[in-house]
Amino acid sequence: MEIDLSVKEATKRFGNFEAVAGVSFEVEKGKFFSILGPSGCGKTTLLRMIAGFYDLSSGKIEIRGKDMAGVEPNKRPVKLVFQHLALFPMMNVRENIAFGLKRRGEKGKEVYRKVEHMLERVGLPGFGNKTINQLSGGQMQRVAIARCLILEPVVLLLDEPLGALDLKLREHMKVELKKLQAQVGTTFVYITHDQSEAMIMSDYVAVMNRGKFEQIDTPQNLYHHPGSSFVAQFVGDNNKFVGKLEKNASGEYFVSLEDGLRVLVGNVSGHAVGERVEMFIRPEAIIINPEANIKNMSILNVVIKAILFDGGNSRLLVVIDGSTKELILILPQNYPWNIKAKDKIRIGWDPKRSVCFKSAGVKTYDEL
Amino acid sequence: MMNSNRAKIRWGFILFFIPVFLWLFLLFVLPHLELLRMSFLGTDYYGKSGFTLDNYAAFFKEPVYWLTFVRTAGYSIIITLIVLIIALPVAFYITKVVGVRAKGLLTLIIIVPFWVSVLIRVYGWMIILRESGIINQILVGIGLWKVPKEMLYTDASLIVALVHTNLLFMLLPIIGVMDSLDDSLIEAASNLGATKLIIWWKIIIPHCMTGIMSGSIIVFMLVAGSYITPSLMGGKNSLWFTQQIYNQFIIAFNWNQGAAFGFLLLFISSIIVWLSLKITGQRLSEVVK
Repeated sequence: MEIDLSVKEATKRFGNFEAVAGVSFEVEKGKFFSILGPSGCGKTTLLRMIAGFYDLSSGKIEIRGKDMAGVEPNKRPVKLVFQHLALFPMMNVRENIAFGLKRRGEKGKEVYRKVEHMLERVGLPGFGNKTINQLSGGQMQRVAIARCLILEPVVLLLDEPLGALDLKLREHMKVELKKLQAQVGTTFVYITHDQSEAMIMSDYVAVMNRGKFEQIDTPQNLYHHPGSSFVAQFVGDNNKFVGKLEKNASGEYFVSLEDGLRVLVGNVSGHAVGERVEMFIRPEAIIINPEANIKNMSILNVVIKAILFDGGNSRLLVVIDGSTKELILILPQNYPWNIKAKDKIRIGWDPKRSVCFKSAGVKTYDEL
Repeated sequence: MMNSNRAKIRWGFILFFIPVFLWLFLLFVLPHLELLRMSFLGTDYYGKSGFTLDNYAAFFKEPVYWLTFVRTAGYSIIITLIVLIIALPVAFYITKVVGVRAKGLLTLIIIVPFWVSVLIRVYGWMIILRESGIINQILVGIGLWKVPKEMLYTDASLIVALVHTNLLFMLLPIIGVMDSLDDSLIEAASNLGATKLIIWWKIIIPHCMTGIMSGSIIVFMLVAGSYITPSLMGGKNSLWFTQQIYNQFIIAFNWNQGAAFGFLLLFISSIIVWLSLKITGQRLSEVVK
């Protein structure tokens, strides 16, 4: 196992503000590593430190075991795909891609051959003589990536490069990028605020918040076993209950909510009775009208507020009866279509599928 | 309906166009046509006036005339280049290095001296450079020089003053285009292995080319056509072509010869501008935007 990129206790301070606060991680050779976080969490700052545009306030960055302190950005073996791509408008596609090779002193036919080869690789054969403003968004994307990959960098950094594309193209490029990465075998470090991009493409995802990493894990583990309340809220949709942890006479644990409701909770290891906790249950874990004879279920009576139709991703927005607490749940494809808004239904879930964290008061966009 | 609408627009256009047209035609086109006619007129031995090319031929026959012109054009090009070399880093500093607030302040500091007339600024330079001027007093005062030296009335002093008085006309268009340069292009070039020199040569200068060319055209034309600065600071040995024109009109009272010189200055300067546009691959329509 070879480590291409190693970041140790990297910290960046702007005045009194700590943009990146002691972040450590390692990326193995050939892996697709994503850093996922809301805007302003410090992920771009971290990326710029790796690229050499910012100096570290403290800590260390090593690329293939070589300390990068004091190495100028133009001497580092990392290449960066910029958020707005930063293609050179004064040059055509070929000159853009050849730019790095020429800076290395390569000349003539060899450069031409390499550029043509790279254009074919990213699916743009014969595009060499086009100007930048003749390209579509997706084509510009590929040129920006080709311009970096042709230099065979140890690590390719990508700063939300899909952000500017429209939805359909973005979905398409996610798959393209993943395929391209598998094909070239270069180590990718990808930063994004879009959890779906991170989940689909990455081998490992680091979830970042307020300058720190909350959790580094595989997408599957992040989704099913979030390590913190923030991760549970930020990665995928989740229903959140905040309340006090209680235990009844028969030894079952409950979260008692503010309006007197009590929700059965499964996994409570590490939490004391009486503690304020946040409990999460995924929308797809909730069953509509469960059979009454199933034991150990959290059951709630709810009123349907709206049916959020979105084809295969259709969901139900419900309100707990006698409360203002809203929940979302997946509307199964085969579910009878006779349900409508204002209907009263029962919902339930296996308490073991919920997760519990000590209340931290972290909020994400959807709660603001 | 459509027709009456169209007619209305046209009336409005004519209403606003007439003053512009009159201004241009009466004060610009007509006098120039008259000067052009005059430049082809001459008197023969018998005092009879008629069409002649002698006025233009005189320029090429008399070395003093065309040598003055070559001097003027050559120095104008050198001065334009010096102004450009000074303006590029200054514009870069103002647009890319300092913050937004300092940027406004610095731009103001550059513009304010230009509220003062050229004449006053030239006198300023004379106060600084002359034999009893500030530099001489300081250098003699600290004992570096034993006797004051005359620094005025040389080509060098003329260049210094012309560079200073025209710097703004280069700076403003370059600041304008450099502002629109995306910082990430510079970072991307650096990330791809470019040195600072390459970034200037391959990214910043090509991006700023329209501003550089419009600034250069303005500065070149202003310098080549300047009169006050060369006559005050240039001294006897550094004659400017505009002074030749002045001499013909005012001293020799030969309006026909003066008019011909005037048109030669206009014509050859235009050719130099056209050539420089060709060499740098720019189009006038882009540059004047």
